[in-house]
Amino acid sequence: MRALTVYADLNRQRGRYMAAILTANNMTKRFGGLLAVDTLDVAIEEHSIHSIIGPNGAGKTTFFNCVTGFYKPEVGSILFDNHSLVGLLPDRIVQKGIARTYQNIRLFPNLTAKENILVGIHSHLKSGFLGIVLNLPGTQKEEKEASEEADRLLKFINLNGKGEILAKNFPYGEQRRLEIARALAARPKLLLLDEPTAGMNPSETQTMMDFIRHLRDELGITILLIEHQMRVVMGISETVTVLDYGKKIAEGTADNIQNDPNVIEAYLGRGSAAEVH
Amino acid sequence: MTQTRSLWEHGIKIGVIGGVIALLIAMVGMVESFNRRDIIAEVMTMGQVLLLIVGIMMGYIAAKRTTRTEPVIRCLNAVIGSLVTAGFLALLVIVGSLINLRSVLVNASPMLYKLLTLGHKGAAGIFIILLIGLFCGVFAAVLYYLPQLVRRVVIISLSSMVMAGVLQDLLRPVLSAWGPMAFLGERLFAYNGLTVSGSIALVILIAVVMTVWALKKQDVKTGYGSLPSGTQRGVKIGGLCILAVVLIALPHVLGLFLSEVLTIVGLYVLLGLGLNIVVGYAGMLDLGYVAFFAIGSYVTAVLTSPELGFFNFSFWGALPFAVILGIFSGVLLGIPVLKMRGDYLAIATLGFGEIIRVLVLSDFLRPWLGGAQGAGGIPKASILGYRFAGPQQIYYLILAGCILVVFISLRLKNSRLGRAWMAIREDEDVAQAMGINLVSTKLLAFATGAGFSALSGAIFASKLGSVYPHSFSVFISIFVICLIIVGGMGSIPGVIVGAFALVGLPELLREFAEYRMLVYGAALVAMMILKPEGLWPEAKHKIELHAEENNV
Repeated sequence: MRALTVYADLNRQRGRYMAAILTANNMTKRFGGLLAVDTLDVAIEEHSIHSIIGPNGAGKTTFFNCVTGFYKPEVGSILFDNHSLVGLLPDRIVQKGIARTYQNIRLFPNLTAKENILVGIHSHLKSGFLGIVLNLPGTQKEEKEASEEADRLLKFINLNGKGEILAKNFPYGEQRRLEIARALAARPKLLLLDEPTAGMNPSETQTMMDFIRHLRDELGITILLIEHQMRVVMGISETVTVLDYGKKIAEGTADNIQNDPNVIEAYLGRGSAAEVH
Repeated sequence: MTQTRSLWEHGIKIGVIGGVIALLIAMVGMVESFNRRDIIAEVMTMGQVLLLIVGIMMGYIAAKRTTRTEPVIRCLNAVIGSLVTAGFLALLVIVGSLINLRSVLVNASPMLYKLLTLGHKGAAGIFIILLIGLFCGVFAAVLYYLPQLVRRVVIISLSSMVMAGVLQDLLRPVLSAWGPMAFLGERLFAYNGLTVSGSIALVILIAVVMTVWALKKQDVKTGYGSLPSGTQRGVKIGGLCILAVVLIALPHVLGLFLSEVLTIVGLYVLLGLGLNIVVGYAGMLDLGYVAFFAIGSYVTAVLTSPELGFFNFSFWGALPFAVILGIFSGVLLGIPVLKMRGDYLAIATLGFGEIIRVLVLSDFLRPWLGGAQGAGGIPKASILGYRFAGPQQIYYLILAGCILVVFISLRLKNSRLGRAWMAIREDEDVAQAMGINLVSTKLLAFATGAGFSALSGAIFASKLGSVYPHSFSVFISIFVICLIIVGGMGSIPGVIVGAFALVGLPELLREFAEYRMLVYGAALVAMMILKPEGLWPEAKHKIELHAEENNV
């Protein structure tokens, strides 16, 4: 019943019906005896900003790793655009239109900012060994276009003219943005952001959140966000899913989630829910 | 007490380290054997220069490490550092004159003591050693307090003079090849080493050139930058033309022996550029690289050698097969090691290299590959009647190969593939998550490297005219890795510089061949500590270092 109201709210807000772009059904991932993700059902609506929150070790990043092909879930299915992702290698999944960033920034430290972005474009480039060695017209055209696109992306993240600096020499916040730009370079339909505001102060966090909203509004990308702190996602998420010990314990709009006794319990411990109410 | 100790602590510590190094150099016999070559005729030998360098370096390091900033203390620390270093050698002479050390330390000979004391006996000899130590310390202290530019000029001009002395066998024939230069050569070189006046003139000349360049560099650069782009291109093309002329004329100027050295360096450049793709670009440590070199050689041998008698291909007929089979074996090796990283990959590939060598050596394959005796009669290459017979001709074949491989490496580097390789080097998981197919990309790196190596192997077989299993020991793989590391990982000019430094230089100093491995080890350790990015690193790493300097 509550889920229906949520959808109605959203539809009223966006003015149209939205289909799920990514659905996980009954997904389970084990590490030895540990159930990292436990029979998870989740559906990400197209063009939405969907957040997954939960305490440390709740299985958020494991879920990301299953979606992007680093782990293979033992049970359940993951459908993206109605195609199964289970068993595909990460490079195939990028080509299907899912790109990600990492909780602890994982840029290519000794490549320049522009090279990082060009690696992101990789799956859209076709030229082979001979084409490259002989510098055939196709390769030249492709490289020129890729270079222009990389410059556009650098401009988009306000790193205009800093393309030749090594990635490791950027300050923290710029590295975060560069990592997002690298993911965007793969032209994803769904962008997975793993704690994009980790290690940021409140004002930097606000800037990042505005940037993420801007991404969705400008580029029409669906965004799936992992966050550790609830406060951060409240402002921008249409839907919030809360995980704890690998299980989904709540889902809904930010307001609904904030008052959910299960969520309060997960975050503050047993008994706290009663105190709050 | 503690106060005084902390004041001179660094000088003594560094001095002890220096003393141990100096003793080691003397005890392995380097001083004596290096003594056969004079740097400055009748004045200074290579062995003495070696010890002087140790003394001065220790003094300099002691001055630099001292935590106190008072100039007097720094200078005294430098002097103490050098003096302690010299003290160790003095101690050796004293102990050596009392007891016969030769039964344990074969190199502790009277000859060595005579060298160290410059021929003086007893107390005078000890005094001489300490005096030289004092001189080193004072020189180091002065060096430390010179402005940076002057210090660089002094160090570089002195070390160039030493290099000119070390490479006298290279320079003398080059200078005597041409009339006016021959005159200079006679003034510069005595029968063994530089002349005194020649060495002084050389130091002054290099110092002046360096100073002028350091002062005018900026003007030249801005001047070049402000030239119209057409003229800039003209300058570049002109430079390339000069380079081409030099490269073409080189074997005739240098003569037979040095051309031979150049061909060896060239073969290593080919190997280095191939391995540079696997190790430098893609970051996969391959220690079995010699396998592809062997495969290239043996395929050439099997297809051409009348001694084996299977086929009677010409060199050019065999070359494509050698390269293709090299590429194929690269893929074959790549498949089982795809999932391995770092140390595991290194060990697995090391095994592969040994497998190939053992197979070639085996009696089982003897009817096909010739076993331990190898196979001879491999024909020389020829184009339109021009035979690449001697080193002076084969040089051109190798030069052509190098140019081709440099060209391919350059094109690959700034391409989709080059970026994919570097992404794998930086972070394999993320590279895959960015859409890079690890299997095909890694295999392509192995295949390309193996292809270059097989090309080198084919030329090597034709150059030697025969192939033997012992030419393909694991040391080739190690040399190639070393030259990449010393030159600068992933840097194409670095590979070339590294090949000249680690392969060309030892060839010129054949009489010291027994110390080759020792010097390699020392050079690698020194490189890792002092200049981990290599002698000629990639441009962007240079930019980065500059940025850091500017920030400071």
